[in-house]
Parts: sequence; structure tokens; C-alpha cells
Amino acid sequence: MSTERVRLGTATVRDRARGAAIAAGGLMKVYKGGVKALDGLGFTVAPGTIFALLGPNGAGKSTTVKILTTLSRPTEGDAFVAGFDVIREADEIRRVIGVVAQRSGVDGASTAVENLQLQGRIYGLGAKTTRLRTTELLERFRLTEAAGRAARTYSGGMRRKLDIAMGLIHRPRILFLDEPTTGLDPEARADMWQEIQALSEQEELTVLLTTHYLEEADRLADRLALLDRGRLVVEGTPEELKAGLLGDSVQIELGTSELPALLSAELEQLEAVRAFSVEETQLRAQVDHGATALPVILAVLDGYRVPVISATISRPSLDDVYLQYVGHSYDHSGTTVGGPR
Amino acid sequence: MTTALAHTWYVTQRYSRTAIRQPIWVLSALLQPIIWLVLFGALFKRIVEIPGFGGGSYIGFLTPAIVVMTAMFSAGLCGMTVLADLDTGVIDRMLVSPVRRGAILGGLLVEQAAVVFVQCGIILVLGLVLGARYSGGPLGALVLLVAATALGVGIAGLSNAVALTTRRRESVIGVVQLLLMPLTYLSSAFMKLELVPGWIRDIARVNPVNWAVSGGREALAGNPQWGHVFLNVGLTVAFAVVTTLLGTAAFGAYRRSV
Repeated sequence: MSTERVRLGTATVRDRARGAAIAAGGLMKVYKGGVKALDGLGFTVAPGTIFALLGPNGAGKSTTVKILTTLSRPTEGDAFVAGFDVIREADEIRRVIGVVAQRSGVDGASTAVENLQLQGRIYGLGAKTTRLRTTELLERFRLTEAAGRAARTYSGGMRRKLDIAMGLIHRPRILFLDEPTTGLDPEARADMWQEIQALSEQEELTVLLTTHYLEEADRLADRLALLDRGRLVVEGTPEELKAGLLGDSVQIELGTSELPALLSAELEQLEAVRAFSVEETQLRAQVDHGATALPVILAVLDGYRVPVISATISRPSLDDVYLQYVGHSYDHSGTTVGGPR
Repeated sequence: MTTALAHTWYVTQRYSRTAIRQPIWVLSALLQPIIWLVLFGALFKRIVEIPGFGGGSYIGFLTPAIVVMTAMFSAGLCGMTVLADLDTGVIDRMLVSPVRRGAILGGLLVEQAAVVFVQCGIILVLGLVLGARYSGGPLGALVLLVAATALGVGIAGLSNAVALTTRRRESVIGVVQLLLMPLTYLSSAFMKLELVPGWIRDIARVNPVNWAVSGGREALAGNPQWGHVFLNVGLTVAFAVVTTLLGTAAFGAYRRSV
């Protein structure tokens, strides 16, 4: 009975895999010691698109990338990359994917040229093709000047670019970018965003990227999946997700971060408020109708003598998508903060 | 097969490059055995006068031992390289590529073997300068180098296994420090086995360091007993095969744990 169900599951994932760059279904990953990193994750990525897995640290993004890139095996479930099974056809997958992991894999003692050439040869490119591709990629990522220096002397941004160049040397069909901008300064991040956008516009390259920056997913992804504790919470285009939120977003800046204990309970009681979160002095609420909800909220705050500095009503952003689906708001350091569940 | 060899060669090249680019490492790798040779050679010079030692020059007796020690200490920290590559993601990057799995550690072991071979060759020449004479000629020298290299690969395999199992630098350093010095002294490296206590002689019989020293030294002597040489060098090679398999198994366990 249960075997049949599993086989049925495989068949549907396999069906989805046809014509898709990536298809995953029912992915479970339990590490030694019982830590459950993935809990039935499934999604499909169309060829030539940028797909973002968005979620806080520990949501299962990196585990998903490890499984899809054949580094790790799922405890249960199925995944197909470029139509190949991650377990039975790992070798075929390895030939057609490029991987830029969080831990870069750039050899610091070697130069950019040497790193790229080793990578090219390992992927079976001939000596001449490897040389040509190396020159091409160094120019493409503006690393030519530094190409003869040991990679350990590079800045974070340069190293990340070399990383991506190494992932591209064999012209993969699918590129995995695991938190490509984590640890980069704002300038390098903006630069990296442009590079990633340019990549997807070229050829038929499919990009799966993970990030814990809402802004990054909003900016880059054609579609995104919100992950929480190893599960898919919601999936769609950034626009769809935002449009799916009826109503408005209310942001109130408070004059204090020390709030009375009963305030939360009372805000929860309000019919006009669907969800809310407080981070330091920022109160963020999701409401059906901003203009009528705002006075109600302000009245409650006033009742508790909480000073208010400013209030804004706006259309929802991905922050609000997160607030609605995961139930706790999202701060940009990648940690989640409390709120109603 | 050719793919596997090619991949191993690419990986070997990379490690060789990394090693050569560390001038301090190259210097210490050569300086340390030179110091041993000069120091121990002077310190124990008159050991040959002990009745039963059989005379001859101590430097001639000592050189094969220093060659083997060099191999051992050079390869002992091999696991640190594996740990560094795990930390920086170099190994994971190789694992998501079509590179043959065996080439990843294989390339490192080949590089270790090459380094050990060259280092030991230099020590042999230095011994010659300091007055050692090798009656066994080039063939004897080659057999000694093979024995030393096999021991080096064996120790490297062990070091990799410890590194991949514990994934801690402290463990690799600890095991190396705990194991290598005693193994050296529980062998015929500095003293003829006929002159050591019985229990040391018993341990020496199952000590890979002793196999390498004893087999290599015999080959370097005039009119060697080839049976003794083959047995001891063969055992050393077997030791290298076993620890390489241990390292490979530990690598498999690492891959399953990701």
C-alpha cells in the first residue's frame, strides 16, 4: 500500500520533470541525530527562469541545493534535474549543472587562471577549449587584471565572481547559486545582482538561487518559493504573492521598544488586524483596509500610553507575504522574530 | 580508466602547486631531516662501538632511518590538507563535478608520494655527503625510496582517515604526535634490534616503520638478503593499501553524512 503511494508520487514528479529544469516532490532529509532539514518539499522550475528559494537560516535552502546538486541524498522523495534522477543518474546531472555553494570552493593558493583551468579539465574540456573559456570568463567577470594573482588576495566580491565563473566554465544548463550575496558589501551585492540578471538573459540558463534577502528574491526571481522549517509555504511570482495579499500594510514607528505585555493580546483581538509583528520600535500590521484600521490601532496604542512617532499605509511588500504565510516577520539579518502564530 | 588517471593527475597538479608555493613549508621539509641527520649522527656516533653492533659507520646505519622518518613526518599532516579543503568547500565543489570520486583523495596521495620520494632522495644524497656509503648501489637506494614512499602513503592514508572521521585538526595533530615518535623508537631506526629489550623487538615485528627501515636498510647494504627485503617492503606496501582503503571508507562516510 505505502509502496504504491510512493511509486505514484515518483510518477507525478517524473511527469512534472518532463520539460522542466528541476522538479522535486516529497523531499525529506533527516540528518543523523534526528534533525529534520526537509519535510516534504516539492516545487518545479521552468527552463530559462530564475527561481529563488527564500527563507531564514535553517529553513532547508542549502539542504535542497545539496540534494539537487547530488552532494547529498534525500531520505525520502524524488527530484529530477534536467530530467535526470538525482539518485540514479547523478553523473548525468553533474555534467549539466554549475554549482556555486556557500563555501566557495576556490583554492586560495591558486590563481584565477589555475582555478578555472582545473575546473575546465575536470569537466572534460580539452586543453584548448579550457584556455579559451578561461580567457572569456575572466573578461566577462572583469578579473583579467587579477588573473595571475593567488585567489586568497581577492576581495569578497572578486572571489564570488571567480566562483561563478568556475561554475560556468563547462556551459551548464542549470546554475545553482547558494546565497550568492551573503557576506558581500552593498556595492558588491548590487554588482552581483546585475551579473545574475545578465546570466539568465543569456541563452537558456536556468538559475536556482537561495537567499534570505527578501529584496534579492523580489529583484531577481521570476518565481520564488517561501520555505519555513523544511516545508514550502507558498510559491509564485513576486507579483502574484504580493497581489494575493488583500488589503494594506500599516507601519507604525513607536517612541519606545518597551511595550506592555497585554498590548499584543489586545492587538490580536482586533478584527481589523490580520497579522502583526513588532521589531524594536517598528510595528507592522497587515490589515484589510488601511484607512479604517489605522485609527483603531492608534487608539489601542494610546490606551496603553505607547508614544507613536509616525504611521504609514502602503501596498504590501514581500515582507508582508512572509508575515502572512509564515506568521512571523522577517528581519534582514536572516533571523525571525516573534509575532502571532 | 584513462579518465580516472587524468582526473587524478589534475588533482595531483593542484596539490603540488599548493605545496611548492609555501616557501616555509619547503624549507622546513628539507631542513628538519638535515638537522636530524646531523644531530643524531653526532649524538649516537659511538653506538657502533657497542659489542654486538657489528661496527661500521653510524651515519651509514642512520641514513635509511632518517629517510623513513622524513617520509613519515612529511605525510603525517596530510589530513590537515583534507580538512582545509573541506572547510573551504574545495572538496564539495569536486563532489558536485563529474570528477571520479577516487581521484579526489587519490590525487592527494600521489602528490604526497611524489613529495616524499623527492625529499627522501635529497636525504640520501646528503647522507652520502656526510660519509654514508651505500653498498647496495642505485638499486638498493631505489628500494629504500620505494619503502619510504610506501610508508609515507600509508601514514597519509591514516591521517586522512582520522581527519575525515573526526573532522578536527586537533585530532589529526594528536594522533600524529601520539603515534609517530613511539613508532620510530619501537623500531630498528636508531639501534639494532639484537641490542634492544625483547618487548621492543616484539612490537617492532608488527611496526610498519620497522618494516620500511629494515627492508630499505637491507637493500642498501652489500649482498642483501632479498627475501628479507621483499617481505618487509611488501608488508609496508600492504600497510599503505590498508590505510588507503581506510581513508576511502572514511571519505564514503563523509559523503553519506552531508
